[in-house]
Amino acid sequence: MVKNAINREIPDNYAAQYGAFEGAWAKQPTYKTTSRQVHAIHPGDSKLVASIHEAIEKVGLKDGMTISFHHHFREGDYIMNMVLAEISKMGFKNLSIAPSSIANVHEPLIDYIKDGMITNITSSGLRDKLGAAISDGIMENPVVIRSHGGRARAIASGDIHIDVAFLGAPSCDEYGNINGSHGKAVCGSLGYAQIDAKYADKVVAITDNLVPYPNTPISIPQTDVDYVLQVDKIGDPDGIASGATRFTKNPKELIIAEYAAKVIEASNYFKQGFSFQTGSGGASLAVTRFLKKAMIDQDIKASLAIGGITQPMVDLLEAGLVDKLLDVQDFDKASAQSLRDNENHYEMDAEMYASPFSKGAVINKLDVAILSALEVDTDFNVNVMTGSDGVIRGASGGHCDTAASCKMTMIVAPLIRGRIPTIVDQVNTVITPGESVDVVVTEYGVAINPARQDLMAMFKALDVPQFTIDELRQKAYAIVGTPDPIVYTDRVVALIEYRDGTLIDVVRKPGQQND
Amino acid sequence: MKRLRTTMMFLPGMNAAMLRDAGIYGADALMFDLEDAVSMKEKDAARFLVHEALRTIDYGQAETVVRINELDTFGRQDILAMVDAGVEVIRLPKTETAQDIIDVDQAISAAEDRLGKKQGQTHMMAAIESAEGIFNARDIAKASDRLIGIALGAEDYVTNLQTRRYPDGQELAFGRSMILHAARAAGVDAIDTVYSDIENEAGFREEVQRIKALGFNGKSVVNPRQIPIVKEIFAPTQKEIYQASRVIKGIQEAEANNSGVISVDGKMVDKPIVERAQRVMQLAEASGLIKNGGQN
Repeated sequence: MVKNAINREIPDNYAAQYGAFEGAWAKQPTYKTTSRQVHAIHPGDSKLVASIHEAIEKVGLKDGMTISFHHHFREGDYIMNMVLAEISKMGFKNLSIAPSSIANVHEPLIDYIKDGMITNITSSGLRDKLGAAISDGIMENPVVIRSHGGRARAIASGDIHIDVAFLGAPSCDEYGNINGSHGKAVCGSLGYAQIDAKYADKVVAITDNLVPYPNTPISIPQTDVDYVLQVDKIGDPDGIASGATRFTKNPKELIIAEYAAKVIEASNYFKQGFSFQTGSGGASLAVTRFLKKAMIDQDIKASLAIGGITQPMVDLLEAGLVDKLLDVQDFDKASAQSLRDNENHYEMDAEMYASPFSKGAVINKLDVAILSALEVDTDFNVNVMTGSDGVIRGASGGHCDTAASCKMTMIVAPLIRGRIPTIVDQVNTVITPGESVDVVVTEYGVAINPARQDLMAMFKALDVPQFTIDELRQKAYAIVGTPDPIVYTDRVVALIEYRDGTLIDVVRKPGQQND
Repeated sequence: MKRLRTTMMFLPGMNAAMLRDAGIYGADALMFDLEDAVSMKEKDAARFLVHEALRTIDYGQAETVVRINELDTFGRQDILAMVDAGVEVIRLPKTETAQDIIDVDQAISAAEDRLGKKQGQTHMMAAIESAEGIFNARDIAKASDRLIGIALGAEDYVTNLQTRRYPDGQELAFGRSMILHAARAAGVDAIDTVYSDIENEAGFREEVQRIKALGFNGKSVVNPRQIPIVKEIFAPTQKEIYQASRVIKGIQEAEANNSGVISVDGKMVDKPIVERAQRVMQLAEASGLIKNGGQN
């Protein structure tokens, strides 16, 4: 067993294979990106195929290969299930899948794992039933959890070699020029899919909206696409993007948001031309609203907002309070529409967004990020992956990427959820190391990471209750009691890669809990 | 210094999540309800829950108030449990006569005795919710040394009057004036009734402005989102704060000179102005407009 830089125990074999986490900025390699196979297309050749079956035959899928999907359709995705059902029918075994994330709708994966068709998974996250099944140990090989930036890095560096990418394409022509902002299943940005298209040996575009050549705007170009398949439906628009984003009326989320906005306002970063990223949770969205008021009151404009884009950020863009949006994915219809219509709203791929080993990611230019958490511990480590029962139910997302790179990382989370404390002695799983976390904002007040003495000085006069992280933890435990530690077996069910490819943690199968 | 009761937040006694979080919204007082917000079959459970909450949860500076049931139902059990939990204020609903107050006062005394608590540590509030109660308001307000305030309970009151609540509040004008005068005559606080339509912010603002102008000490609120609005409306203006701070400085100078006469700019200031200045500074601090009583 190896203890990494934040004292998490990593089994020797995995530590040898991946390396143990040494610190957020321990690595700065010079390296050659991976190459891909190209099969040249001649004039007159057709990329169109008639069925998934034909596509699978033509790409030459073999047992043991790695296939990938994007998660821009979230809970509305039809592609992964559709493709895997056909692959199952054709009797393939021992496949690795590398989707950018996995949603609840992908529950059929459980059967494909059980029958040996899928033997390896790498992804950002696992939800509900699949997460529970993985935690229960249905896979022999642990799932490899990678952040969005980490996945882009792993693909570019060749740690993940994608043999075939099956990419849902909201709008596509017969030669494979794709965008996500037109068609029936509009998702806006295709930032995660662009990486698969760029590095996979074979790319199959699957569309329900085949348009005359050339399809523009071009998010994924024809030079990255081998085959084009037309189907009836690639996704459910309502599952892909939510409708109008409603601001929370939950008084607890509002007070967290108000505190977070006050922290930002009181910081040196809140100045003309600042940049920020917010999440899509209720409190995060509400921060944007409070921030908007402060920006108007103080006549401050942001130069850039990034991330998963939501309607409140689009509102800021349209109100002239933000100059540009850089967009790796869209969470609602208004954002997707803005990407299509507003020239200051620009699509970026996952590598540009967050890869630690790129020639400079956009998150490096961030002043402030507002992120969520399932758990934060007294070392400021953050868990967004496993629940209080130790079972996998979350996603790594861009959490550790953004936290590492921006100048002030804020975590917004309630002190307690139901009877579960959020601030704990030790998180079940570390996704983001405490060194990357600067301020924790709860409904009771804020805790500033003592490593950031500059912030402590900056926030001396802040009109928000301030505590140490230990005090916040004590408050939580005083209300709901001290939780019993989860009992784990030795069986490793998931490896948590840090964005640089080293292991920051592993997830073990929970054992019989003490009553 | 006198306690501020600008906002008194109502909390249903059976809602564990609300009891847990009640302290974070900055309400001056928290009123845990064992009466109308709790169904008959949950009376015991709510009493137990509020008892535990008062004993275990840190509500910071907020004053804790419990609205008990009437004495002839569960009121005596409520009093015993709440005095045991160390509640600061027992609020009696539907008060009609001074005798109602005296009865509760005696029940509290008995509970304090039995539980070995300091006699008189538990304060009282009376909610007046009927025409009979309004006419007796003056006697009610003077009926016990424990009383720190009286409040209007408008929903039952308008039913009793055979009307309903209207946006302009005309139907409450007499009752509010009676409550306010009774409170001032007795030297206790006057707290206004709830405004239940939490989505109607404009209507709420109007009502708070109205009751502030009348002279009420504060407003009952049913949702944390109403708290900042009340605070904003009750917050003194810059000019008021400036003038009050000069009076406070006058008091300090008088104390430093061992003088009984307080003067500002050479003019003597009498007691009502001193009291008003102290209240302005208190409200200014509660609204976050000044810190440490304006000392820095």
